[in-house]
Order: sequence, then structure tokens, then C-alpha cells
Amino acid sequence: MTQVSPAQSAEKPAWLDPATKPFIRVEGVTKNFNGFTAVDNVDLEIYQGELFAILGGSGCGKTTLLRILAGFERPTSGRILIDGADMTAVPPYERPVNMMFQSYAVFPHMTVEKNVAYGLKKEGAPKAEIQTRVKEMLELVQLDGFAERKPHQLSGGQRQRVALARALVKRPKVLLLDEPLAALDKKLREHTQFELMNIQDQIGVTFIVVTHDQDEAMTLATRIAVMQAGRFIQCGTPKEIYEYPVNRYVADFFGTINLFEGTVSRVEGEGMEVECGAIDAMVKAKSFETIQPNTRLTIAVRPEKISITKEPPDHNDKSVLKGVVWDLGYHGNLSIYRVKTDSGVIVQVSAQNRIRSAERVLEWDDVVYLSWDVQSSVVLTE
Amino acid sequence: MNRDDLWRRFVIVTPYLWLLMFFLIPFGLVLKISFADPIVAMPPFTSLFDFNKAPGESFYATLDNYRFLLKDDLYRISYLKSLKIAFFSTCLCLLVGYPIAYAIARASPVWRNMFLFLIILPFWISFLLRVYAWMGILSTNGVINNLLLSIGLIEQPLQLLYTDFSVYLGIVYSYLPFMVLPLYATLAKLDFDLNDAAADLGAKPLTVFRDVTLPLSIPGIISGSLLVFIPALGEFVIPALLGGLDSLMIGRTLYDEFFGNRDWPLASAVAIILLLMLVVPMMVFQHYQLRETDQRE
Ligand SMILES: Nc1ncnc2c1ncn2[C@@H]1O[C@H](COP(=O)(O)OP(=O)(O)O)[C@@H](O)[C@H]1O
Ligand SMILES: [Mg+2]
Repeated sequence: MTQVSPAQSAEKPAWLDPATKPFIRVEGVTKNFNGFTAVDNVDLEIYQGELFAILGGSGCGKTTLLRILAGFERPTSGRILIDGADMTAVPPYERPVNMMFQSYAVFPHMTVEKNVAYGLKKEGAPKAEIQTRVKEMLELVQLDGFAERKPHQLSGGQRQRVALARALVKRPKVLLLDEPLAALDKKLREHTQFELMNIQDQIGVTFIVVTHDQDEAMTLATRIAVMQAGRFIQCGTPKEIYEYPVNRYVADFFGTINLFEGTVSRVEGEGMEVECGAIDAMVKAKSFETIQPNTRLTIAVRPEKISITKEPPDHNDKSVLKGVVWDLGYHGNLSIYRVKTDSGVIVQVSAQNRIRSAERVLEWDDVVYLSWDVQSSVVLTE
Repeated sequence: MNRDDLWRRFVIVTPYLWLLMFFLIPFGLVLKISFADPIVAMPPFTSLFDFNKAPGESFYATLDNYRFLLKDDLYRISYLKSLKIAFFSTCLCLLVGYPIAYAIARASPVWRNMFLFLIILPFWISFLLRVYAWMGILSTNGVINNLLLSIGLIEQPLQLLYTDFSVYLGIVYSYLPFMVLPLYATLAKLDFDLNDAAADLGAKPLTVFRDVTLPLSIPGIISGSLLVFIPALGEFVIPALLGGLDSLMIGRTLYDEFFGNRDWPLASAVAIILLLMLVVPMMVFQHYQLRETDQRE
């Protein structure tokens, strides 16, 4: 990733600097639909220029939260503040916020140009200004030359860009994007991802992007909030969430991870040893929380944090497992090994193919040792 | 030709056969009769070809009936009256039907089915009976007048029946479902996100309706209006039962010519002119339907 969005380019990220005020504040927002809680007591602070991602599985309340921010739904309780002003009761047509819908919602009876000009017309902008701004915007999303087309004459990707242009031309303080890339095919999606980041970088508008795709969230976002059943379970930078997930759900959601359940057998300051029955091993771990002996918890280890060797490792401050290569996959830059431990558990390991060679270093059924550092063991108490 | 081909041809040809048998042939017959002279015989008109006569004189056709239609004010008045009643009834149906269709389309699925059921429910009772029921309601000692008299709002019974009012009421009542159903079908298909998008871009609720909902429901408005206008134009039962003597609609005139005067050629000419008046709106309808299917592709 070479792009740096404004929120990141500061000396210190905005969310860590107590001097910056959050641009959007969501305070204890809850939304009930006939007794069903779609959004449950959500608190959120988003800073100017951020590209903030809300990530969660289908039906967890992402769209509902976005609709509350846009003003289509009134929260059952809680407040929304944008740029210091209370927006909770302000109707959508008066909010300094624009939304890009999951369905794009491009007006089928208007040309591309009319679609993009619509918001400016409702503002009562002068004709000449509308013309120049629409033209600029169509150039920005690379749709110049399509101005006279009707939406049914456009591809899905082009319609998505019409929706984006239509929302951006109003120069909103915040742009809300509901699964902006979900309807595009894989190749177009990756391309559009970077385009979206570029555009955000150029105009510096705060973006809130809803997605169910963790890769997308990781690539795009300055920060990510992970949502489950209407609640925020973790909020942080992509790196924080990847390296320090708060629970098994988050750990599992972001990439592959090996999970070992166990019981704490010894605690020594921050360090501890966890006896993991299933893999029949003592795993060394560290935690900033104080954890009592005999606590049941889960140790999570990312595949790329595990070294795989034919010889037992010589450092004894590592956690070590022994097993045989059960399956291996060559992915060009990476090799993915699935190792079956003596106790019968499959552990996934990935190793960089740093040496250029046509021969495999490890073969099926080789006896191997898996080892990782203390700080690579993620302690999950939930 | 294999069996699939045969089957395909059969499927394609069937509707055309149907049209030929039940539309084109009767139309041809009526057209033929409209060029004949009335005679006292069975059937009561001269035939187009008479092979008993000399070869040069065996063909006989006349435009007298059409000339007569243009000359006599009676026909022009009833055509205009029919057009007027059909037009205003269609407008009234649209005004009443649009909010109903909109409400049904926006209701929750359970209510939606309930409302649709209620809209269709009157069809379970004979159309004629329902019109008779209106006579009972509107007549001088009917339900409405008795009610108004008993609460002392009026001294004398109101003349509700046998007026233009009762004709409009009857037509709007009878044809309302034909307006509501196609409107509902169009409105239910509309993506509500479009309304939200317009609001998001700064449109107030009424503007959203004008800019998004209304233009996108034009196909429904057109089909609903035609489904009301076309039968209302030739309506016979409602003006005959609920209308006054002066509300001479073309359906009534047609009936009188056929059965009262037994002037089949003139009646046929009346019918042909009526048909031509309907062809124009039907072509508009076709045009819009084609355009709509074009847009969906
Ligand atoms: N208007 C509504 N009425 C009732 N339930 C709703 C409504 N909108 C959303 N829900 C429910 O709220 C939950 C969250 O929906 P949504 O926010 O669309 O999820 P997501 O966008 O994360 O997939 C779903 O279970 C959905 O059925
Ligand atoms: Mg959604």
C-alpha cells in the first residue's frame, strides 16, 4: 500500500491525539425494530479525513447504522453529532452527509448527467456552476463521454461510479458508502478499491465504508470497527485488529489463524504457560491483563508467525510442536503447510519462499517442528 | 420438420388464431354490415355481394350510414358525452386510485395481501347486482336520503339517482380496481432506495414524489387509465341503470339502434366509429409498453 490518507499522514494519527476533536460522534445509539435490536448501544468517534470501515457479517446492522447516520432512520436512543452539531432529528435532506447505496439507487429515468446534477439542482446552485461541477465530477470518476447515457446502458461498475459522483458532487462533509464494491467482480473490485482511495485522498472527504469483506476493510481503511449482532466488538487500525484481536470471532474473521484452547498452568509477571490439551503442548504467552492460574482461555497464532523446521529449534523460550507435513500448497511467494501434530490437530503454517529453487524444501510426510515466539501467542479470554 | 418445430409453430399460431376467430372475423362482419342498407328482412340488411344479379351490379356498398352519423347531432352529442364521462371518470379513478395503490405498495406484506384481497373482493358479486345495489342506495327513498332526512340535514329527498353524478359514481366504483391493480404493480416494483437517494441529495418529501415516484409510475398510470377509459367509453349498463334520460352515452345509442330500431347497418357504423376512437389510446398504450420493455432490457 503506497497511498497515505490525510488522517494517517499526520505526525500522530488523529485518534491518538487528544487535541483533535472527533468529526462525527455516535453516542450510545440503539435501534429497535419491533423488539428486534438491529443496532445495540454503539459508540463511535470518527475524525476528519478518515476512511473508516465498519465491518461485519450479513445482517449485523451495518446498513441500519449507516441509515441512521444519513438520517433515514431515527435511533431509538442515543445521539449523532456531526462537526459539533446534533443531527439526531435533522431530516436527510438537510444533513451535510451523502450516501452511496448498496443498490446504487441510480435514477433509471435520468441520464448520467441529470443523475449527477440532481443534488446540485435541489440546492439551487446556478446553472453554469452545476454544469462545471458535474463535468469535473464525471472526469474524476472517468465517466466523461457517458453524460447522455441512461443507467440501463451502463455496466455495473459504471453505475457504481455514477452513484459515487452523484454523492460527491454535493461536497458533503461525510460520504457514507454501503458495500460500495460488493456488486463488482473480483478484478474490478480490486481496481476500484484503489480508485476509491485515490479519490478520497484527492478531495479529503471523510469516508465511512460498510463492508463484509475483511480484505477490503484492511486495504482501504485507516481504522476498522468490527460489528457483530448490532454491537461494536473491536475498533482499531487494521494492524491492531490483525495482531491484537480481542476475541475468537475477530481473530477468525481476519485472515487465517490457529486457535488452541487451554488452561493457564503457571503465571510469572506478564508471562504465562498455557497447557493446551488438544495439541498436547505447553504454550508460552504474554498478556497485559492479569490472568489467574487455571483460567481457561484460547491461544491464537497466525500462520506466518510460526517457523517450520526439520530440526528442533535451539531456543527454549519458544513454544514448540512436533508433527508431519499433511498437505502443502505452493502459492508463488508463499508456501502454505498444513501440519498434523502428533495429537492429530491440523496446524496451518505459511512460509515465504525466499530461496529460488525448483525443489521443495519440505515434502509430504516430513517430520517437522513448529515454533513461535512468546509475543506471537495471542491470548483470548472470550 | 421435427416435433419441437411443430409445437413451436402451434404455440406461436394459437394466439393469432384466437384473434382471428374472436376479433378479426367479427370485426369484418360488423364492418361489412356498416356499408349495407337496412331492409325489412332476415337478416335486416342488404348483402355486399348478390350473385343473383348481373356481374356488374353484384357488388353493393354505401357510405350512407356514416354520412347520417355526421349529419344527425344525436350521435355527435352522445359520442362527446361518452368521451367526457369516460375522461373525467378516468381522472377521478386516478385521483382516488393512486393514493390507494401507493398505500398498498408501501404496506407490510401481510396488510398488502389483505388490501389486495379487499380490492378484488367486489368481483365475486355480479357486476349487475352491484349496480342495482347503488340504485337502492341512491334512490329518493334509498339509504342515503333516508339517513339525511332522519338526522334532519335535509327537508326534501335529494335527486341523486338518474344524474351525471350517479353515472360517475357508478363508473368510478366499478372500474377503480382496474386502476389500482396496475398502479400497484408498478409502485410495488419501485426501489425505495431511489426515494431515499433523492431525499439524501436534498429533495423534500413532495419533491421526491414529483421527481422520482411519479415519473417512474407513468407506465402504471397509462395502463390503469386505459383499462378504465376504454370500457367506460362504451359503457352501457351503468348509464342505462343509474343515468338520467339526458345522459345518452354511445353504448345506449348503439343498443337502441340495434334492438329498438333494428337498424343494424347504422348501429354497425356507430360501433366502427367507437372502435376507431379506442384505437388511438390503445396505440399510445402499446407505444409506452414497448418503451418500458426496451428500458428493462
Ligand atoms: N426496516 C426494518 N424493519 C425491521 N427489521 C429491519 C429493518 N431494517 C433492518 N432490519 C433488520 O435489522 C438487521 C440488520 O439489518 P442490516 O442493517 O440491513 O444488516 P447488514 O447491512 O449488516 O447486512 C437485520 O436482521 C434486518 O432484518
Ligand atoms: Mg447491508
